[in-house]
Amino acid sequence: MSPTRTRPYPPSGSAGARFDTALGWSPRLGPNMVLRAVLCVLVFCIFALPFAAIISGAFDRNSSPTDISLLPKTFTLQNFEAAAQQGLWGYLLNSLVVAGGGLLLQMTVSVFAAYSLSRRKFRGQALVLLLVLMTMMLPEEIIGIPLSLVLGDLPLLGISLRGTVLAVILPVGIWGFSIFIMSEFMKEIPAEIEEAARLDGVGEFRMLFTIILPLCKPALGVIGIFGFMMVWDQYLLPLIAANDPGDYTLTVALSVLRNDTTVGPGVLLAGALMAMVPSLLVYLFLQRSMIRGITSGATKG
Amino acid sequence: MTSTPTKPTQPVSAQAPPRPHGPVPRRRVRGNRSQLLAIWLFLVPAALLGLYFKSIPMAEGIRLSFFKVQPFLGDVFVGVDNYLAVLTDARFMEALGHTVILGATQTLGALVVGFLLALLLEGQARSLWILRTTIFLPVVTALAVVGEIWRILYFPTADGPLNSILGWLGLGPLQFLNGTDTALWSIAVVGIWSGAPYNMVIILAGLTGVDRSLYESAGVDGATIWQRLRYITLPALRPSLVIVLTLAAIRSLRSFTEVYVLTGGGPAGSTEVWMTRMYSLGFQRNDIGVASAAAVLLLVVTLLLTVGTQVLAKRKAAR
Repeated sequence: MSPTRTRPYPPSGSAGARFDTALGWSPRLGPNMVLRAVLCVLVFCIFALPFAAIISGAFDRNSSPTDISLLPKTFTLQNFEAAAQQGLWGYLLNSLVVAGGGLLLQMTVSVFAAYSLSRRKFRGQALVLLLVLMTMMLPEEIIGIPLSLVLGDLPLLGISLRGTVLAVILPVGIWGFSIFIMSEFMKEIPAEIEEAARLDGVGEFRMLFTIILPLCKPALGVIGIFGFMMVWDQYLLPLIAANDPGDYTLTVALSVLRNDTTVGPGVLLAGALMAMVPSLLVYLFLQRSMIRGITSGATKG
Repeated sequence: MTSTPTKPTQPVSAQAPPRPHGPVPRRRVRGNRSQLLAIWLFLVPAALLGLYFKSIPMAEGIRLSFFKVQPFLGDVFVGVDNYLAVLTDARFMEALGHTVILGATQTLGALVVGFLLALLLEGQARSLWILRTTIFLPVVTALAVVGEIWRILYFPTADGPLNSILGWLGLGPLQFLNGTDTALWSIAVVGIWSGAPYNMVIILAGLTGVDRSLYESAGVDGATIWQRLRYITLPALRPSLVIVLTLAAIRSLRSFTEVYVLTGGGPAGSTEVWMTRMYSLGFQRNDIGVASAAAVLLLVVTLLLTVGTQVLAKRKAAR
């Protein structure tokens, strides 16, 4: 049962449309449709209004959470100024550097590894694949404590990454999920495509970047958005990788803004809004990839 | 949070470029020496990062779990004492209970709500598509941000945002995160809120695959809506949901961020879960040996459950 399977869509409004949804929602105006509209509004309120409250609260002059409303009572940018004094832009910069660097590293590493694992055969490949699967199953939250020790004193190299952005960027660079998605996709590309280039003496590097990668755009979209969300959502890692709160990413720093009793919830909400905007933008641009990534795993039982 | 995607059983391959001559057996080139070198070089970044940030920490964690770790004084081997300390620690056992309750409530709740959302929002209309896109926002938002939003909504005075709404409905003000008997459930609601839209997308994809003619013949036979759901829709969805759900349940064993942000384990330890207990032992009390033992226990349970699920799924598929 693949989602792309063709099925006859009855022209909307015809009697057959009644059978187009599991519940048999009628497309015609009637009590059925009114009920559905009411429920939709309710669902919208539950899932979307909290976001409206953040946006409004971030631009409102408020001193306690009881003042939050859906529209700012007195519009102000003071919250952002106050948050800036608390280091908002520094935190945001940390977050953006970590997300940008981490995602770039993660995608590069995944593409190279996936190419080796899926397009070529070599001795020891099964072992490498097993290791990839193992890192997939190894939840990063669990190794938090030893990881913080390793970050403080890299074995053999003896340098400490703590307090630098690299302490977050490097660990998120390896993600089994991303390697797995990429190599499963590359496996499906027929070998004939490479043959002509192979005869021309094209090396592996150019083969990957000029022949294989351009065919992988859908998979790149999927690992792009999932990777971004994975990096942006990191909480424990930036927490243990920091030397002092100045190193926090924005998501972690929200608790700093919250615990500062000298500022109202508006400042916290200004920070929350800034932490939301990047994921919102990425989601809007890569929404199709997101949905594809979620459903491709689920529909093949 | 659900944004860590589950391992797809068959990822994105539906969009792969079409093969020219039907299913050609894939030919992998066993290359010459320079080719082989390149192949191995391509694996070096992944191997190095995996070694430094996965393998070494894991080995180190397992090693530390057998030691009494003391900075400057040197580690002392203590055998399984740390494990015994975890297993006999009342707060860890309490945390285990909370973890299981929270995990079960969140997983099942997110499934039921996701299913209802999918049923409500199934359809081709553009307005439905916009609504689906909108209510997916909680999934995309970082869990820390979700937590901060809900801390404000849950503000425990009678004029707090959520309590005002309850007030209109004639329900008394609740303590939410501040009450020992409401805090855990309040966290579960946040988990459901941010997880249900993810399940909705999975279920919607499953609903698309249901044969429309079955609905039509059910209509002809005069089946009720309930019978339709029970005998046509649910059986069609089951295969896609079982694995996703099991993996989500296993993942919920290590939920940390939402609890840490919302309550930090309080009030009075009523929302302490395995991960927050481990974190406070390891980082705040610096009891690294015991915390590592707790981590290893969690790791073993997670691996056993994950492998078990996969084996069961394979066996089922083979049948």
